[in-house]
Amino acid sequence: MTGFVERIRQGDAKGLIARNGIFIAFIAFMIAFGIGSDKFLSFNNLESVVRSSAMIGVMALGVTIVVISGNLDLSVGSMLSFGTVMVVDLHDKIGPGPAILVMMVCVLLLGAVNGFLIGFVRLNSLIVTLGMLSAIQGLTLIYSGGKNVDVDPSTQDLTWFRIFGRGEVAGVDMPIIIFFALAIVIGFVVAFTPYGRRVYAVGGNPTAAVFSGIRRNRVVFSTYLISAFCVGIASIILGSRVMGSQNNVGQGYELLVLASVILGGTSLLGGSGSILKTVIGVLILGFIQNGLLLLGYPYFAQWIVTWVVIILAVWLDVAAKRGRLLSPIA
Amino acid sequence: MSQTSVESAPVQASGGMKANFGWIVRHPIWAFVVMIFIFFSLMTDNFFSLGNFENILVQTSTLGLIALGMTIVMINGNIDLSVGAVVALAASLTVDIMGWPMFESWGNWQILPAVLAGIASGVLLGALNGLIVWKTGVDAFIVTLGAMLGVRGLVFVYTGEQSFFALNFAYSDFGASRFLGLPTLAWVFLIFTVLMHVLLSRTVHGSNTYAVGDNREAAVNAGIRVGPHMMINFMIVGFFAALAGITLSTQMGASTPNLGRDYELWVITATVLGGTKLTGGAGNIIGTFGGVLAIGILRNGMNLMQVPAFYVLVTLGVILIAVLFLDKQLNRQGEEELRL
Repeated sequence: MTGFVERIRQGDAKGLIARNGIFIAFIAFMIAFGIGSDKFLSFNNLESVVRSSAMIGVMALGVTIVVISGNLDLSVGSMLSFGTVMVVDLHDKIGPGPAILVMMVCVLLLGAVNGFLIGFVRLNSLIVTLGMLSAIQGLTLIYSGGKNVDVDPSTQDLTWFRIFGRGEVAGVDMPIIIFFALAIVIGFVVAFTPYGRRVYAVGGNPTAAVFSGIRRNRVVFSTYLISAFCVGIASIILGSRVMGSQNNVGQGYELLVLASVILGGTSLLGGSGSILKTVIGVLILGFIQNGLLLLGYPYFAQWIVTWVVIILAVWLDVAAKRGRLLSPIA
Repeated sequence: MSQTSVESAPVQASGGMKANFGWIVRHPIWAFVVMIFIFFSLMTDNFFSLGNFENILVQTSTLGLIALGMTIVMINGNIDLSVGAVVALAASLTVDIMGWPMFESWGNWQILPAVLAGIASGVLLGALNGLIVWKTGVDAFIVTLGAMLGVRGLVFVYTGEQSFFALNFAYSDFGASRFLGLPTLAWVFLIFTVLMHVLLSRTVHGSNTYAVGDNREAAVNAGIRVGPHMMINFMIVGFFAALAGITLSTQMGASTPNLGRDYELWVITATVLGGTKLTGGAGNIIGTFGGVLAIGILRNGMNLMQVPAFYVLVTLGVILIAVLFLDKQLNRQGEEELRL
């Protein structure tokens, strides 16, 4: 958002569009769908879209930090399966409070493994998290013995565990509140604290960051802990909402999450991006899905539109940075 | 065998003892393949038999074919995440078109236009990916991530979320057929492995592939038309993904819209196990073949030992990270000393 006001003052329309393409696309989508379907802009519809995006959104917050620091996290999908299966399974055995605690500790440990291998051993993040994707999926199956788990139906409406997915505060669904609260906290940390600046520095230029006294290893390690923490929160929301879980519930989420982070405009090269943009990216994905359904298109048409939108969004961003539309490669 | 300068330099420099182990240092995955081969031969009764080896080849041929294409794209410094979706698209198209009324009187020839259309879909999508990477300069990871979602969406919309069944039995007979003592699908995999090895190590296109992946700027300065070159490689991986989709559907006599899900991750695992670098410039088909065999033998052997499939996933994940770690230890000498 930096330079937004200056660009308006200078009348730099081209730069404005290119730099904030995602906001303009977001508004354009909302207007187009609002005209196309009279149900789209109703409060109930908007609320349901944000609620169903909240879980992907929470994971995307953590992945955004990892991506800003110049790495990738493909293990979040498996980790979501793991966390959800664990918290749901333990709920009846040791009670909701301890279940959440144990699950968070286990998920953070998995995040610490990621962080250790990528931060301290300096292995390639894509491959490490790809390996972890497979390993955690296996761990989930070993833990559950291949069976699906659920909370005893007779206690589902009684346990306080239900508030995370099904509760409401002042008429707003709990997942939405958790998503926005977490977005504000993490957004603040990333944008306004020394820690946030270290994350950007490590992603932008690791060597320069080290020479300016930043402990790169620790920063990378911490980003994976934050990512794992977010996955843990998402697991609580999902487990609480469904009160049960399949073993592969998170399969494929890693790339959807990454898609919304990229859609928001966070560069995979690291050093740029923001939580606000990711929130917009998540919401755009949600609204594309919802709007196309309301207009009567088949469910999977959203993926085709997402394909086009992702490439256009990133292309615009890349073109703005190099100052010309087409790549100079021969 | 073709090696890039990056690969061979530290081996030649250290000389002596290490040179003897040069081949295994360059292809650590083959040491692993031999190890698990011996392990499973000793631990199970049924592993060491010709019939089982044929099984492994057929079981891995799908993964293997795509990995051949992925290798050339990854040596280029790109990646293709859309292969799994292309598998489903090609399989669905082929099985569907075969049953179109216009080809009803063609007899077994109705398979021909269907297979051609399936292959063409893969090559065209590869060309589209390549063209976007070339013209927009957007990272291949993002372009193909988008395509992965979009093509999967196309498959679901095209099939109406239905499975298709091959009405012509000659199609599924092909999947089970044998030729010169080996399953035909094993031949397909082996022949394309040899062809791709020759392409990478003996042709101009092959050396250009390493050059572009090693240093794109230098490749441009050397007069290589990098854009079209990368596009051709994306078409090659698209071709292999489509071919894999077709061979997979001949094995099942059917196609489902979910076919090939997560294949991109398995294929990348196999390719990286084989020593291909994600950053480009290094890798070869011999390694990739080893990586594919490693996955195939592990799955098959652990299955024969009646280990639940879950442990295979954990083992593969751990091995992938271990290979990466070993590779870093073996090749760290003199490389990136300054990288902090």
